[in-house]
Amino acid sequence: MGFLLVAVGVVLLLSGSWYGLFVSPQERYMGDVQRIMYVHVPTAWNALLLFTFAMGCALMSLWRGGWGWDAHHEALLEGAAVLSALLCVQGAIWARPTWGVWWDWDPRLTTTAVMFLALLGILALRSAVDDPEKRATWSAVATIIAFVDVPIVYFSVRWWNSLHQMQSSPETVSAPFIVPLRLNAFGVLALMGGLALLRARVAARRTARELGPALEPLPAGALVEAR
Amino acid sequence: MNVFFAALHKELLLQWRTRARVLSVVVFGATALLLMSFAIGPDAGSLRQYAGGFLWLALLLSSTLTLEASLEAETEQQALEGLLLLPVAPTILFYSKALANTAQLALLGTVLVPVAIVLYGAGTARPLALFGLIVLGAGGLAAPGTLYATMTARARAKQTLLPLLLFPLVVPVLIAATKASSLLILGDPMRQLSAWLTLLVAFCGIYWTLCGLMFGVIVED
Amino acid sequence: MTTPLALDVQGLARRYGGRWALSGVSFSLEAGQALALVGRNGSGKSTLLRLLAAALRVHAGEARVCGADLRRDADTVRRRTALLSHAAYTWEALSARENLVFTSRLLGQDRPRERAAQRLEQVGLAARGDDPVSSFSAGMRKRLALARTLLQEAPLVMLDEPYGALDPPGFRLIDGIIRAVRVEGRSVVMATHQVERAAALCDRGLVLEQGRVAWQGPAAELPLKSGLLRGSEEGA
Repeated sequence: MGFLLVAVGVVLLLSGSWYGLFVSPQERYMGDVQRIMYVHVPTAWNALLLFTFAMGCALMSLWRGGWGWDAHHEALLEGAAVLSALLCVQGAIWARPTWGVWWDWDPRLTTTAVMFLALLGILALRSAVDDPEKRATWSAVATIIAFVDVPIVYFSVRWWNSLHQMQSSPETVSAPFIVPLRLNAFGVLALMGGLALLRARVAARRTARELGPALEPLPAGALVEAR
Repeated sequence: MNVFFAALHKELLLQWRTRARVLSVVVFGATALLLMSFAIGPDAGSLRQYAGGFLWLALLLSSTLTLEASLEAETEQQALEGLLLLPVAPTILFYSKALANTAQLALLGTVLVPVAIVLYGAGTARPLALFGLIVLGAGGLAAPGTLYATMTARARAKQTLLPLLLFPLVVPVLIAATKASSLLILGDPMRQLSAWLTLLVAFCGIYWTLCGLMFGVIVED
Repeated sequence: MTTPLALDVQGLARRYGGRWALSGVSFSLEAGQALALVGRNGSGKSTLLRLLAAALRVHAGEARVCGADLRRDADTVRRRTALLSHAAYTWEALSARENLVFTSRLLGQDRPRERAAQRLEQVGLAARGDDPVSSFSAGMRKRLALARTLLQEAPLVMLDEPYGALDPPGFRLIDGIIRAVRVEGRSVVMATHQVERAAALCDRGLVLEQGRVAWQGPAAELPLKSGLLRGSEEGA
């Protein structure tokens, strides 16, 4: 499943990028620079999406327990961190020719940077806790807390620096621009989803090794093992 | 309720007994304020303009010291486990601790204001409003700070971990408190103050609730 | 069997990371009786006591502690047990008296100051009651922790190495306290290396080895059975 998704993602990304680079017409005002949108916007959508999935896994891990949720939580946190790092870099690349600066304190970009740091913090917490159970619980709590923060950061940065262009929704963009956007959006989703599934498998194996053998069967009847 | 006041009384007494350490945190904050002025240079105008930001940065940097110290008292002889065994509800423990930390951070912020006035000429015509703002901002730092400090006190590399987790989270507090303090110091012709205070109140409301709910989960062993 | 059980433990287990510190521990204890837990360092005595006091989550097995289900009703278990742990559970910056007064207030008891003074007297700390705990020696801290445990007035008192760090008068203090607690009809579980003392004070004995029950029976037979342990405890 993981490898299949990765393959699908690569194919989609390649075709989307080919379409975006060679088929789509040049944008009237911004020229070729605009083409970075075809990776930038899908990256942004998926960074948020992965963080949302991570939040879902964190909730399930707290509510239901079970190491599967924790393994996927870890994988998705890393995926979201990678995408938000890419997002910051792409944002800077976009800002430079457009506004003449690498960093322009756009609310979305700034929120992404804060989100990236928050994700690094959670991953650092995970690496600093040896007990698998505490690691699962604590990082799930940290993910929930950081996730709730994202919209608050966004709005506070927007108020703080209210001079930027509004978000463009697909309706205001014409068809040749939409096709590569959609292809790449699903491409990134499939690629990152596949990688996250594979990464979760690695995490699950590591946790299994940390936990060692399950309780040896005992004569004292059936024992229910809790997480 | 009596249990809550007993817990709060205990927190405040602990802080009072360790006031020598509180004093050193104040000195740390004042030093930070002094050092930040070197980043701007001796231009009185710009110093006054950035005073609000410096004040909150100094408070934020000192807050990790305060928070770590408040949890150290509980982990030294595992007093936290003893409390949970009495049993005292984790929410009571959280709110008493977070409230005591708010008080201490608010005190720290209040003490730093005269330092900022002396160094940056950052006086305000509305000292009461500034005090209210400091209390709100301290509350915004203390709720998630107490929760995270409880985790990191029992993890490896705790000195670096707490700021790593806390600082990105409290960006809205820093922004809102800085803006609001600047408005109080430099004047508020557009009447924007209430918007920033609302943001702070919302942040406090959300995180005082959320962290109170989560505290029970993280103290289980 | 009409006697209520203070402890009814079935296949209790707990791991730390990948290591099972305790597995498949089953035993029972009638209300009012005293149990001596014996075993080498690291055999799981402290883990068992902390599990039974609901300080640690149970990873497998079931237990009823003073009639309450350990897994589903941990708060009731906590109300019915008092644990003298390895850690003193004290706030070091406060005085011994303040530690006890706050513990009493947090328990919701009336007359906290009076109770604190009583317990300080009982453990022989009355003269140093107003000194900060950070200035205490290990033995004094142990006495304070003991006072804190007694303050809870729980039906089941659990003592983890109560004799550790104490002087000979302290040994007699512990013996007296255990007898007094039993006179009141309360139950006691004690983990200790003082096998002879435990045999004289307790009804039942249980030997733990590598997290499992190696033997259980009448406490009087402990000194013989704990020969199991002699191999590694030459110095004891």
